[in-house]
Amino acid sequence: MEQRVIVKAAGLRKTFKLSKKQQTIQKTKDKVKVAVDGLDFEAYEGEIFGILGPNGAGKTTTLRMLSTLIKPDGGDAWIDGSSVVSNPEEVRGKIGFLTSELKLEDFFTPNYLFDFFSELHGVAPEVRDARKKAMFERFGIDEFAEVKVANMSTGMKQKTSLVISLVHDPDIIIFDEPTNGLDVLTARVVTDYLKELKERGKTILLSTHIFSLVEKLCDRVGIVMDGRMVLSDTLENLTKDGDLEDKFFEICAEMEANK
Amino acid sequence: MKSDLITIIKKEFARFFGDKRMVATALLPGVLIYVMYSFMGSSMTEMYEPDDDYVYEINIVNMPQSLAFLEEVEEVEISKIEAKEADAVKDAIREDEADILVVFPENFDVEMLSYDVMTATTPAPNVEIYYNSADTESSSAYSIMHETLNQYEQAFANKFDICQGDKEYDLASDEDVSAMIISMVMPMLVLMMLFTGCLSASAESIAGEKERGTIATLLVTPMKRRDLALGKMISLSVIGLFSGISSFAGIMLSLPKLMGGLEDVKFGYDVADYGVLLLVIVATTLLIVGMISIISAFAKSVKEASNMATPLMLVVTLTGVTNMMGNGMPQEWYWYLIPIYNTTQCMNGVFSMDYQMLPVVITCIANVVYSGVLVVVLTKMFGSERIMYT
Ligand SMILES: Nc1ncnc2c1ncn2[C@@H]1O[C@H](COP(=O)(O)OP(=O)(O)O)[C@@H](O)[C@H]1O
Ligand SMILES: [Mg+2]
Repeated sequence: MEQRVIVKAAGLRKTFKLSKKQQTIQKTKDKVKVAVDGLDFEAYEGEIFGILGPNGAGKTTTLRMLSTLIKPDGGDAWIDGSSVVSNPEEVRGKIGFLTSELKLEDFFTPNYLFDFFSELHGVAPEVRDARKKAMFERFGIDEFAEVKVANMSTGMKQKTSLVISLVHDPDIIIFDEPTNGLDVLTARVVTDYLKELKERGKTILLSTHIFSLVEKLCDRVGIVMDGRMVLSDTLENLTKDGDLEDKFFEICAEMEANK
Repeated sequence: MKSDLITIIKKEFARFFGDKRMVATALLPGVLIYVMYSFMGSSMTEMYEPDDDYVYEINIVNMPQSLAFLEEVEEVEISKIEAKEADAVKDAIREDEADILVVFPENFDVEMLSYDVMTATTPAPNVEIYYNSADTESSSAYSIMHETLNQYEQAFANKFDICQGDKEYDLASDEDVSAMIISMVMPMLVLMMLFTGCLSASAESIAGEKERGTIATLLVTPMKRRDLALGKMISLSVIGLFSGISSFAGIMLSLPKLMGGLEDVKFGYDVADYGVLLLVIVATTLLIVGMISIISAFAKSVKEASNMATPLMLVVTLTGVTNMMGNGMPQEWYWYLIPIYNTTQCMNGVFSMDYQMLPVVITCIANVVYSGVLVVVLTKMFGSERIMYT
């Protein structure tokens, strides 16, 4: 089956200037940190693509560039044909970005926030109302629709965040560490929902450092180390002769040897 | 998209006006000013002026014949006493029990009339007035006696009179006098009120959203950064005006009481004056909100924003004092290009009921243009990852 490339990154690069304080924390004398260093990959329409790598590999930085929160220093990426460098607004309309760093204002209720973000995404009121009803029921937010975010439990807050990020029913969903910081119940709700989204034809790009999550969810995997994508292949191929974790450390060893 | 701008404004209003605590904080200065000034006004009057129908008891030793007319004056009661009683009266004054003691030399009338400055070998006859400055009645009595005797002395020595008779010599109307006092302090007070009114709301809305990570959620939507910047500045200006005007109303309402002493304080401002004032204030609010917004966008937290804005607040408030120097509004148009200074001068003009339209128009246009520039800067800042995510 010929698949369409829907997300493509080419030579993505991002460096951060380090302050004196950051230099001491990271125990380095370098003034700049190369967080992402010429990263390439392609994700196909309708698949769940997992970006796997240890902490500090550059996963979050990559996803922030893809969702246009930060600008690459070099290279480019295209989301369904729109460049993150030259057409960020268009990109923002096509994706839903989920991460624990995006917070909701404590003062408002899920109901208000859903309407507010729907307006910013230009969702028509009838569509919005139907969608809101379905999503709130799906995640059990309906009972809390008029409760201020400040007064909600952590799990309910996280579910509300997820729902709010998807008010415009985007075709491409970018999710940084989907289960990080979630209790087991909420984590299960989220992973189930990601599968459901895939069944509805959505493309999902997620980052994680958890092997089991990749094995459970992903169709294809890209392994990121030191800001580079060292390998990307189908989960099937990677787990042909052993589990993913073994394969991962095999690759690590190879890289060490090549240095 | 235009509707994004409205969406943002609606949200900012919902955030502010939906929060009783925030509205109360914004209104509080106005209410406090009213309560404080009214209280200060009435207690000041009480402190410095005894009751209207108070009768001063004036103890006089060696009462001269020429001052007999004092006995006809309603507000005072003269008790003629002997020289040997003087010490007892002095003690009573010390204890706040008596008002005042006046000691004339013996044969005051004769000595005074025969006294000639050119030929005299002894000092002129001296009148002693004993009083207690810590006692309101006593000091008032002292002023009355001192003034009376001064007049009396001048009437003898002077070869000509100044301002004698019942004519109204001060040609300033009551309106002008109160307008002058108001025009001196008002610009500074208004600027200070506006600044504080804008500061808490703007710091909360921009630095606060940054601090809590909610602004990033907005920045991943397709909305234009310019709509966010403009929407925030417009709604924050309205909120700042709301708070500033409440403080302003507090001042205006308490002014008559504050100036309790001046019975006839009158405000001769008409609708046009208030209209011009509002125009100037609106344009200035936009500018102040713009400046605070930029500071707030740089700051990492609400607290840091307030700290960083303090020097600016000092500069703005001090500029509000500049109208006390100089002589009326400057004539040259370019003075009105200087932000805040132009506001001060225009407000001064309006309050003292002496202004032209051209400076006002230049001031408003200049301030709106500066605010426009600040919107552009804020837009750039919202687009800068270095500023937004650090
Ligand atoms: N804003 C920043 N300033 C300085 N260094 C940063 C910044 N963001 C990320 N980094 C550094 O870049 C590297 C990659 O970070 P990140 O993308 O968060 O990794 P991951 O998500 O894979 O754990 C890390 O070494 C991190 O310390
Ligand atoms: Mg990360």
